[in-house]
Amino acid sequence: MLGFLLRRLIYSLPIMLGVALVCFGLVHLAPGDPLMSILPPDASADLQAQLIELYGFNRSYPEQFVTWVWRALQGDLGTSIASNRPVASEVMTAVGNTLRLAMLATLIGFVLGCLFGFVAGYFQNSWLDKFASLLSVLGVSVPHYWLGMVLVIVFSSILMWLPPGGAGPGGSSQWIWDWEHFKHMLLPAITMSVIPMGIISRTVRALVADILAQEFIVGLRAKGLTNVGIFWHVVKNAAPTALAVMGLQLGYLLGGSILIETVFSWPGTGFLLNSAIFQRDLPLLQGTILVLAMFFVVLNLIVDVIQTLLDPRIARS
Amino acid sequence: MTSLNAAASPVLPLVYERSAGYWETVGRRFLRDKVAVGAALVVLLLMVLAVFGPWLAPMDPYQSAMLKRLKPIGFEGHPLGTDELGRDMLTRLMVGAKLSLFMGITPVVCAFFIGSLIGITAGYTGGWVNSVMMRTIDVFYAFPSVLLAIALSGALGAGITNSLISLTIVFIPPLARVAESVTTQIRERDFVEAARASGASAFTIVRVHVLGNVLGPIFVYATSLIAVSMILASGLSFLGLGVKPPEPEWGLMLNTLRTAIYSQPWIAALPGAMIFMTSIAFNLLADGLRSAMEIKQ
Amino acid sequence: MTLANDEVGGSTQPMLAVRGLVKHFPLKKDLLGRSAGVVRAVDGVSFDVFKGETLGVVGESGCGKSTTARLLMQLISHDQGELVFDGQTVGSNSLPLKDYRRQAQMVFQDSYASLNPRLTMEDSIAFAPMVHGLPEREAIERARDLLERVGLAPQRFAERYPHELSGGQRQRVNIARALALQSRLIILDEAVSALDKSVEAQVLNLLLDLKEAFGLTYIFISHDLNVVRYMSDRVMVMYLGQVVEVGDSETLFKHAAHPYTQALLSSIPTLDPDRRTETPPLAGDPPNPINPPSGCRFHTRCVHAQAICSEKMPVLAPAQHGQQVACWMHVAGAAHTGAPDAQGMVKPLEVAA
Repeated sequence: MLGFLLRRLIYSLPIMLGVALVCFGLVHLAPGDPLMSILPPDASADLQAQLIELYGFNRSYPEQFVTWVWRALQGDLGTSIASNRPVASEVMTAVGNTLRLAMLATLIGFVLGCLFGFVAGYFQNSWLDKFASLLSVLGVSVPHYWLGMVLVIVFSSILMWLPPGGAGPGGSSQWIWDWEHFKHMLLPAITMSVIPMGIISRTVRALVADILAQEFIVGLRAKGLTNVGIFWHVVKNAAPTALAVMGLQLGYLLGGSILIETVFSWPGTGFLLNSAIFQRDLPLLQGTILVLAMFFVVLNLIVDVIQTLLDPRIARS
Repeated sequence: MTSLNAAASPVLPLVYERSAGYWETVGRRFLRDKVAVGAALVVLLLMVLAVFGPWLAPMDPYQSAMLKRLKPIGFEGHPLGTDELGRDMLTRLMVGAKLSLFMGITPVVCAFFIGSLIGITAGYTGGWVNSVMMRTIDVFYAFPSVLLAIALSGALGAGITNSLISLTIVFIPPLARVAESVTTQIRERDFVEAARASGASAFTIVRVHVLGNVLGPIFVYATSLIAVSMILASGLSFLGLGVKPPEPEWGLMLNTLRTAIYSQPWIAALPGAMIFMTSIAFNLLADGLRSAMEIKQ
Repeated sequence: MTLANDEVGGSTQPMLAVRGLVKHFPLKKDLLGRSAGVVRAVDGVSFDVFKGETLGVVGESGCGKSTTARLLMQLISHDQGELVFDGQTVGSNSLPLKDYRRQAQMVFQDSYASLNPRLTMEDSIAFAPMVHGLPEREAIERARDLLERVGLAPQRFAERYPHELSGGQRQRVNIARALALQSRLIILDEAVSALDKSVEAQVLNLLLDLKEAFGLTYIFISHDLNVVRYMSDRVMVMYLGQVVEVGDSETLFKHAAHPYTQALLSSIPTLDPDRRTETPPLAGDPPNPINPPSGCRFHTRCVHAQAICSEKMPVLAPAQHGQQVACWMHVAGAAHTGAPDAQGMVKPLEVAA
């Protein structure tokens, strides 16, 4: 077991290195001299030289990469050009906001998804199944940014029950766990939960249908196990994969939150990414992508490990 | 066992009994699935719209009329209202089909070819070639797709070509993985071993024996990616990273109409509804194909 | 390059000579690169296959029969040893692999998995000839002719797909495919094991007919001793990756020399109430090919095992009735109480029937 964990960990390292390489290389894909985006328009030659030295543009790419990675490992992701604040702190604040949103969304999506999936799988081919399956297809197909807009139209504009955007009353970004703030989280979370709901629902339905079709269920029934007991067995067998999918969905939401955060003006990593792109704030862009990608890799690792711990069959292979 | 007794029976022309080929069977099964057929028809309709939209549309999609901005649905001469620059919504939606579908389907098609090439080569060759190829793919797979698409688009800059490139890159890893996985499974089968035993070269074996069994599942997986691609492509335009104005494209239209959600909410929502409908159709189509080919995912 | 025929090297030269074939499969290495060992699937196998004969190969699951078959076909490459076909080393300049593959073909056990589900029967059969340069028209003609020969009417079967045929019919197609290159050596790896008994009988008779019609040489691998007896001229018995006995078929079945062979034969179920099996023929569990027993690999289950058996490995040596046996009891002067003494006098010993 420990050997497996160690192996899995070591296996992630080259991936992480590759991810860092891609993040680093992305910025240099950009057409145009990265220096230009940093310079104020009327910079003197002296200032140019200073900035080149500071950002290291006069060194070779491998050198720049190593320096960047080394600094990143120590928590220094550079300074944002636009706001002049350290990238690391900006990203971490934003990550906190996005995490809150993503976790709520994943929770909603997981609960609803399991519900629909179980119902569909248990009552295969009944109208319940078709209805639940329809909902999951809809969930997976909907362009979530559009859904966000529609929800804003319905619940903010027309019904005026919930605020249309921002993370707190008056656009504040200090988080407090009260209803006022929670209201702001509701619409974006629901919007975000739709795709995970669809995917988890489909996965669970397939799992449940698969498990119920297996012969050991027939054996259990013949033994006299009640329906509740059988339900428990199904849950136990479906749990590892369902949880794994949920973990992955959380990762996708973390990385892919930009669209919804744009619609709802939610001050999370997506929003940060958006401004970084349009202001060509390269340090911020690099830092945000790196942090998000690493989160995803680590999350995948954790999901893998938990799935192995829960499912004895994988550990033995 | 027959023994040809030529003397006893008259010489009949030898008619070789044929059975339905693989694709015929799949086609028949597909046609029996009403939902799938319905989805296929919708997709067909959308394709027609994409190709012939500019001719079928009632008005000019670029013609703006500042006095007629944001007129509601049912306004005289504009059945679906006008947008923020006074252009006819119906026209823009119809003509928009071309770009939206193009941006959605093209990356998947390109990624299908490139991903299959990588995956099948890696899967059949095995060994260190496989490891190197698949680990590289894994690095890109380690990014969530939206993030990668946006990061690439952000880095390359806005525009149609750049978006197509970044989306293709996003879809190559999943397709390559599926291709590699299926190819590895087929490679273990006895008939491939028998083909090797006959002395055929690797290229011939892949061409005759592997491709026919492998392209089907990869293709089905690719069709399930089209809807995602469409949403992602429109999403890029929504963020301002894809198609540039004044081109009619549904995602871009959602962006420019955002401010209108308070004055004309239903018009602002229309382009998204088109994306939604297209996405559902492609997803149902992909589901139908998968059932018809009896592939478990 | 002339096609070899049965006159090559004269009738005494074996068609296929196998010398010292070894194949070990490494097990997964752990984190520190330490290997967990190797599976000694084939560990020093040598035998001859003579022109026109059927050599039966028997043994339990895991004895290395299938691995040997794949080594003979060069589907996997051997770690040590050599194959000599018609006096020429396989894989050398005088007999490149592709040419060898025209001479030797194989029929697999799983009739369904052996056929490409997307190809028609005639296409499957015609594939190999086309690979070797035959134009498509002629290849299809040959395929249809072969279908006829194996008893499947081309009009009914040529353009069918594997899932439409029964197991027996598919296996006939596999046989036709093996004959498509006009090969002289056919390896049948449990070719009839998966078929129903009645179908099996038909296919076996078909194989015998084809052997006569085309002058074929067979290597017939099976775990079913009755079938092997029916089909084979000579039989080779394998245990844990090695050959333990080889000899003329009838002799082997009547006068089995190696204790393992005797145990195998006594385990054939019989309906004769006078020949009940009183004692179990084999003792102990089948050992591990990763860690085979020292010395004679059978000694852990042999009722006659003695000290020498666990110390030194016996090699194939001539035995009483003309077969070759790898057992200390048949080596003159060996340190085994059952062995003949230096003059070759055999001491009477209770041999399990």
